[in-house]
Amino acid sequence: METTRFKVNDKPVELQIDPQTPLLWVLREQLGLTGTKFGCGMALCGACTVHVDGTAVRSCVTPVKAVAGRQVRTIEGLSTDRSHPIQRAWLQVQVPQCGYCQPGQMMSAAALLSVNSNPSDSDIDDAMAGNLCRCGTYARIRKAIHMAAEMARSEK
Amino acid sequence: MIQPCRLSLLICLGAMILALVLAGVSCSPFALATIQENSLGKDAQSLQAFRAVASVLTSPRCLNCHTSTDGPLQGDDNHPHAMNVKRGLDGKGSAALRCRACHQTENAKFLHGPPGAADWQLPPPNTPMAWKGLTIGEICRAVKDPAKNGNRSLPDLIPHMETSLVRWAWNPGPGRTVPPLSHEEFVSRLKEWIETGAACPE
Repeated sequence: METTRFKVNDKPVELQIDPQTPLLWVLREQLGLTGTKFGCGMALCGACTVHVDGTAVRSCVTPVKAVAGRQVRTIEGLSTDRSHPIQRAWLQVQVPQCGYCQPGQMMSAAALLSVNSNPSDSDIDDAMAGNLCRCGTYARIRKAIHMAAEMARSEK
Repeated sequence: MIQPCRLSLLICLGAMILALVLAGVSCSPFALATIQENSLGKDAQSLQAFRAVASVLTSPRCLNCHTSTDGPLQGDDNHPHAMNVKRGLDGKGSAALRCRACHQTENAKFLHGPPGAADWQLPPPNTPMAWKGLTIGEICRAVKDPAKNGNRSLPDLIPHMETSLVRWAWNPGPGRTVPPLSHEEFVSRLKEWIETGAACPE
């Protein structure tokens, strides 16, 4: 066990924990942030995607020691009032079907928009190819990302 | 007039015979062969050293990132990386699907989990250092060419081979083969190649 300190959704966290514990376990079991989902546990599906210092990572294969001193953002911290353009567009397009993969999809989409304010279909494909959806909501995901990008640009 | 000429001729002939005898002492057929072997041998030694180096450079652990494709390859059969992973503008993945999204600084502990090392990346797109599909001679010339090797001199190649990313090839995690030489032997043969003139096969 080691003391590990980092921030989750802007709040400081200090844990006595095995440094190899996957970040996903810490988020869900220790911190109760169950919005981030367990999918494959092998970085193959993207359901567990969160941001570490703004970059999308798969929390199921990220040891907690790798986020020491860093800022982790989960789906709960994307905004406090569902005001993030990705959240609004997701609701407007009614993207989810079963919804299980959607937190990961949204975090990847938000990471994309943070570095590309006007992504093409190709940019979206490149960014989102690691996020699987067994319901096949890909067309709505793409539509919502374009919509969110437009919202964000118009509000600048 | 005739006698002095004959004398001169005799002196010249004598000098030539003496020179040939002396040359025969110092340049025996064995000595001549050794000289030829040394001059050709250095080149041959260099070529032999590079062939050993190339056996590593063409291993799947190196080729999967030293590829001309738009993204990395995977596995011992060099198949395209799953999830349409791209090289990106800096060799570290596309904007929102960075290599670091999955590849940590160490290997995942489970079979077929993402391998990891510090600075996990492909060569950048402006100097992709692509070796896949090249002959050994072409790889050799590319490795020597600063325009194609990331602007490295020959001695600069050594520190690259000592990075944790390159060393990862010898600790690739479960289910992946390692290069045919040890890392120590690989670096030793690379140094030998450089020190013997960095000759390249045709």
